[in-house]
Amino acid sequence: MYKLSLRQMQKNQSGVIEAVRASGEMGKRIRDMGLVPGTTIKIQGRAPLYDPVAIRIMGFTLTMRNNEADYIDVRVEEQP
Amino acid sequence: MSTMVALAGNPNSGKTTLFNTLTGARQHVGNYPGVTVERKEGRYIENGLTLTLIDLPGMYSLTAYSMEELVARDFLVQEKPQAVVNIVDAANLERNLYLSIQFMELGMPICIALNMVDAAQKHGIEIDSEKLSKLLNVPVVPTVARNGRGKTELMAAAKRMIVANKPTVPLIISYGEDIDQAIADMEAEIAVSSATFHYPHRWLAIKFLETDPQILEHCEGQDPALFARLDSIAKRVTRHIADTLATYPEAVIADHRYGYIRSIIKQGVVVHHQELDQNRLFITDRIDSIVTNRFVGPLIMIAVIMALYQFTFTYSKVPMAWVENLFDGLSGFADSALSDGMLKSLIISGVIDGVGGVMGFVPLIVFMFLGISVLEDTGYLARVAFMFDRVFRSFGLHGSSVMPFIVSGGIAGGCAVPGVMAARTLKSRRERLATLLTAPFMNCGAKLPVFALLVAAFFAENEARVMLIITMVSWGGALLSAKLLRSTVIKGESTPFIMELPPYRLPTFRGLLMHTWERTRQYVKKAGTVILGISIILWALMTFPGLPETQQQMFEQQRETVMTAAPRGLKEQLGAIDSQEAEAALKYSIAGKIGTAMESVSQLAGFDWRTNIALVGGFAAKEVVVSTLGTAYSLGKVDPEETASLAETLANDPAWNPVVALSLMIFTIFYAPCFVTVVCIAREAGSWKWGAFSIIFNTALAFGLSVLVYQIGSTGIFGV
Repeated sequence: MYKLSLRQMQKNQSGVIEAVRASGEMGKRIRDMGLVPGTTIKIQGRAPLYDPVAIRIMGFTLTMRNNEADYIDVRVEEQP
Repeated sequence: MSTMVALAGNPNSGKTTLFNTLTGARQHVGNYPGVTVERKEGRYIENGLTLTLIDLPGMYSLTAYSMEELVARDFLVQEKPQAVVNIVDAANLERNLYLSIQFMELGMPICIALNMVDAAQKHGIEIDSEKLSKLLNVPVVPTVARNGRGKTELMAAAKRMIVANKPTVPLIISYGEDIDQAIADMEAEIAVSSATFHYPHRWLAIKFLETDPQILEHCEGQDPALFARLDSIAKRVTRHIADTLATYPEAVIADHRYGYIRSIIKQGVVVHHQELDQNRLFITDRIDSIVTNRFVGPLIMIAVIMALYQFTFTYSKVPMAWVENLFDGLSGFADSALSDGMLKSLIISGVIDGVGGVMGFVPLIVFMFLGISVLEDTGYLARVAFMFDRVFRSFGLHGSSVMPFIVSGGIAGGCAVPGVMAARTLKSRRERLATLLTAPFMNCGAKLPVFALLVAAFFAENEARVMLIITMVSWGGALLSAKLLRSTVIKGESTPFIMELPPYRLPTFRGLLMHTWERTRQYVKKAGTVILGISIILWALMTFPGLPETQQQMFEQQRETVMTAAPRGLKEQLGAIDSQEAEAALKYSIAGKIGTAMESVSQLAGFDWRTNIALVGGFAAKEVVVSTLGTAYSLGKVDPEETASLAETLANDPAWNPVVALSLMIFTIFYAPCFVTVVCIAREAGSWKWGAFSIIFNTALAFGLSVLVYQIGSTGIFGV
């Protein structure tokens, strides 16, 4: 088990959200999408310039910028 | 009052499709007062049942940050619809229910439309709607909005709720000991306060803890003493949660809501068929692996954008020619039916040209919205934003800014009117405003004749190179001024880019047509009247006060002299006199006086009074710069497509040189958008302030740059 920021995850890597360290509008937008502790996510891919990132969660895909992904800590099985 | 039912749900849940299916053509689109958010209202009529449906903006939760969310929530709380039909994407139950249970916490009478059950089934998701209904204690009706399945049952369920008229009890979810205690304390405070609120007390307390900006402000305004007491409770629990759990109350609240939803779903509401479940989103993923691929993706996107561009600007040419012919015909008719004079000039140059100007954009707008709607409804537009965001974000814009830029003339030859309207796909306010204000810097089709004229006169050998430079200057200028605006007048954090990449779907034909029709109708109705008014004012500026009697007589005498003395070449000579008279009249007009008065200032950029008048005329439409220059140089009416004689005149005129031409090109790129665009900017931004801003800011910027180019160029540094 390793803990890392969502930004550091590789393509196709899965993990479980550990914490969302954002409040205010950013926090709301993140939580609205179901990104709460305990949710499993997978990195779907990245835009051509490596930013934003596409994430698969609960059967749909969402995107966020890398500096927004910084707020999310994820627990993964193995070190990338 | 008729019975009112609100339609609410997440974006991409099929809400608008359901609304269209239920109401058909019986729709009315307006705006919520004071904001640019659309208010869609429609009527559902079946078997003697008549309901007024309100299609609320899509939202993910009831904590309001965006204008859309605020409007939707205010509507629910203030107008109190008798029932709320909550559209829920069956394939995305967990996230969609997050909004549903917030409706229930607010005590709204909801009825769930479990939409797109067919797609969910295909992906191996089976939902026991009866069980879900029992566990949530609200009606749940499976629907397929695309083909109307379940719509009768859904409306019947809504009707039953309205008839039964049972008072709804707000749902109470436990948020854990600490927060529950804080909520109880806050409720007690609110209960003893003299202030009256539209909201249930418990809900108010929860929103307070969620730091909902509008609710906080509302509380403080209503009762500052109460606000202080609530704030101290909130601060206490916030500190406690930070110490013990290292998080925020709002996070704990969200966790518990999702926990509550999961506890319901786990009771056998959703059955996954594993073998099919593997296929879920399979097609979308396959498409995405190609279209958002690092190398192929941008190429495909260029192809798609080129196709949209072709579609909008090539295919609209035919209907545009029809419109043009129609109005040319009308002008011709008026020309022969009316006697010469002011009235005739007003009707032809003011009214017919004005209405023609309004209608001339209609084919463009129709084609652009049709094209953009296809891209939006299929889900591709979200991918475009995804791929472009990194670039545009550097300039304070958003990935979705790319479409308005391209349509406005990012590929030379577009049009800022549909371009500005394409900015509707942008949901973030500041980024949309910056896009609206900078998209007109792109080289629209009407600026091209101006460039063509100047290039033909002064840079004939380097045509391709100059055109490339012009394109680069306008892109660079637009992006840099976006950056400038975003760090000054529209300063602020960039809106989070957290958005869905919806699964690819085939758009419904009806949805596309209704969307396009509505947009076009709004343009003609709302923008059209203003545009007509301004075009009459511009006509007056270029016409009045008219030459004084003595000068008119002078030209008349010249004509008589010519007629008696020169039987050969009579027509040419008379034509020349007409042109001279037109030049004199133009110089004598209000616009001419403005142009002459401005000359001392405009000389800094190398412009004389003739150019100034032409630029005033260009406010009507940029290609008018060319025809007005023609008049100012006594060449009579110059067709913007046929400028050889004018180019020759300019090339031989001592007042002109390549540096002046460069300066004028720069000015043309950046100065005030044509007034049709200004009207559209004001409409899209929701305030005339921004329309006025775009005139002043752009003209100041253009002048600054032109002076720079002219002054530096005059030193001979460019070698031209």
